[in-house]
Amino acid sequence: MSHHKLETKTINYVYPDGNKAVKDISFTIHHGESVGIVGANGAGKSTLLMLLMGVLFPSSGEVLVGDIHVTKKTLPLIRQRLGMVFQDPDDQLFMSTVYDDVAFGPRNYRYDEKEVESRVFQALEMVGILHLKDRPPFKLSGGEKRAAAIASVLSMQPDVLIMDEPTASLDPRSRRRVINLLNCFEHTKIITSHDLDMILDISRRVIVIKDGEIAADGESAEILADAELLDQCGLEVPISLQRCPKCGERFLTGRS
Amino acid sequence: MADFTSSLYNMRLMDELACKDTFVHKLHPLIKILTTIAYLFVVVSYDRHEIIGLLPMLFYPVVVFFLAELPIKQVLARLLLIEPFIIAIGILNPFFDSQVIIVGGFAISRGWITFASILLKSLFTITAALILICTTGMDKLAAGLRMLKVPRLFVLQLLLTYRYISVLIEEVSRSIRAYKLRAPQQKGIHPSVWGTLVGQLLLRTIDRAERVYQAMFVRGFTGEYYTGADTWVTLRDVAYFGGWLSFFILARMVNIPLMIGLLISGVIS
Repeated sequence: MSHHKLETKTINYVYPDGNKAVKDISFTIHHGESVGIVGANGAGKSTLLMLLMGVLFPSSGEVLVGDIHVTKKTLPLIRQRLGMVFQDPDDQLFMSTVYDDVAFGPRNYRYDEKEVESRVFQALEMVGILHLKDRPPFKLSGGEKRAAAIASVLSMQPDVLIMDEPTASLDPRSRRRVINLLNCFEHTKIITSHDLDMILDISRRVIVIKDGEIAADGESAEILADAELLDQCGLEVPISLQRCPKCGERFLTGRS
Repeated sequence: MADFTSSLYNMRLMDELACKDTFVHKLHPLIKILTTIAYLFVVVSYDRHEIIGLLPMLFYPVVVFFLAELPIKQVLARLLLIEPFIIAIGILNPFFDSQVIIVGGFAISRGWITFASILLKSLFTITAALILICTTGMDKLAAGLRMLKVPRLFVLQLLLTYRYISVLIEEVSRSIRAYKLRAPQQKGIHPSVWGTLVGQLLLRTIDRAERVYQAMFVRGFTGEYYTGADTWVTLRDVAYFGGWLSFFILARMVNIPLMIGLLISGVIS
């Protein structure tokens, strides 16, 4: 399924103020893969996501979705395939009801209202908030907002889900719900986060970014257990991989 | 802070009222906009000394309030927010226009008449606008405006302002709370930081606007705003508009209170 492949070829991005946010980043993400992108604050994760989505264009290098180059011309096509969930759901839920918000994308692609409705219902059912469809977004709790934001992207039926900090500012139960939700999606997933335990739960592969460059790319269980590497990149071994202060055993063992 | 938070909830009252399912709510938004516009024009067209002739115009809000089952007290409370401005505009009239006229045996300055007329007109027009929003809701209102060929930029601006005013209010109240916690002895906010506070808010707003736009953009937004299937204007809608329009015209052409008065006095004598 090469058309679901996502590829970056030595992309660079320099902000107008001269800040080099992304340097020579190359990777290929295959169909169905779930990849965590981790790094300290300001490492360039968000810029990288913007480059993948075609909100920004690389100063040099290229981004390929399937076999299509991300350019201004191909954007409508690309955007249908890539769904992005923003860090702050308030940025993403701009309509006055949850239903309208989830319908926003499909309506922009001019599907007829029947198709829009079935997509909205399907998306809301997938994230388990169909009962909230007529509620205004500002009345939802943090976890519900997050679910609504995810539904608003699912309604476009994308091949690839891109998420910026999906568990940020959620309480433990809502966080767990989002993790379970993401785990049951078969989409290709690209997730940036500082919540390394979540990355460990969701993604088998992790890409560590440091100062705009790839510091490591490989198996999550391996990389996220490498205390020295993570420390250099301003990160910390996830709690589930740390050793228990009492017995010295790892909290989580037997993970492949 | 309580003011900010409560105003946030108050604002949403209109959304909740718009979700009702009465005869007026079911009317086509376009028809409701047109009726409101017609009403506004007629009310404003009255002479500035006219008060008695204006009174039949009260009929429209009263009837719609009743038909749409709107809570009179809560909606009129919103009216009070604007009333001080109206009073400020009209209060000088009695002083400038001090020509004395005799009304019902009392000598009063003509300025008071124009002041009362301004007050009544503002009361009527603002109530009509409130009724429109409370029975239609912002989304449908926007769809109606688009049908009237109002430029999409204005409509979009209206909708986004409405959606994000609550986010902005929250941000303002957070900033003020943070300020107050670190300046416990002060009453209010010192003028020296007004500039930076407003500047900060502006920058944050611009940042958010950028993110909202990106969120819209990645979901295929190209500038047109679709609110779903367009509904058609039905015969019932046309009848509603026609009924009110003829009433407005009749009330404008004929001084109904005067006629009723004459009728009654004729009967008595």
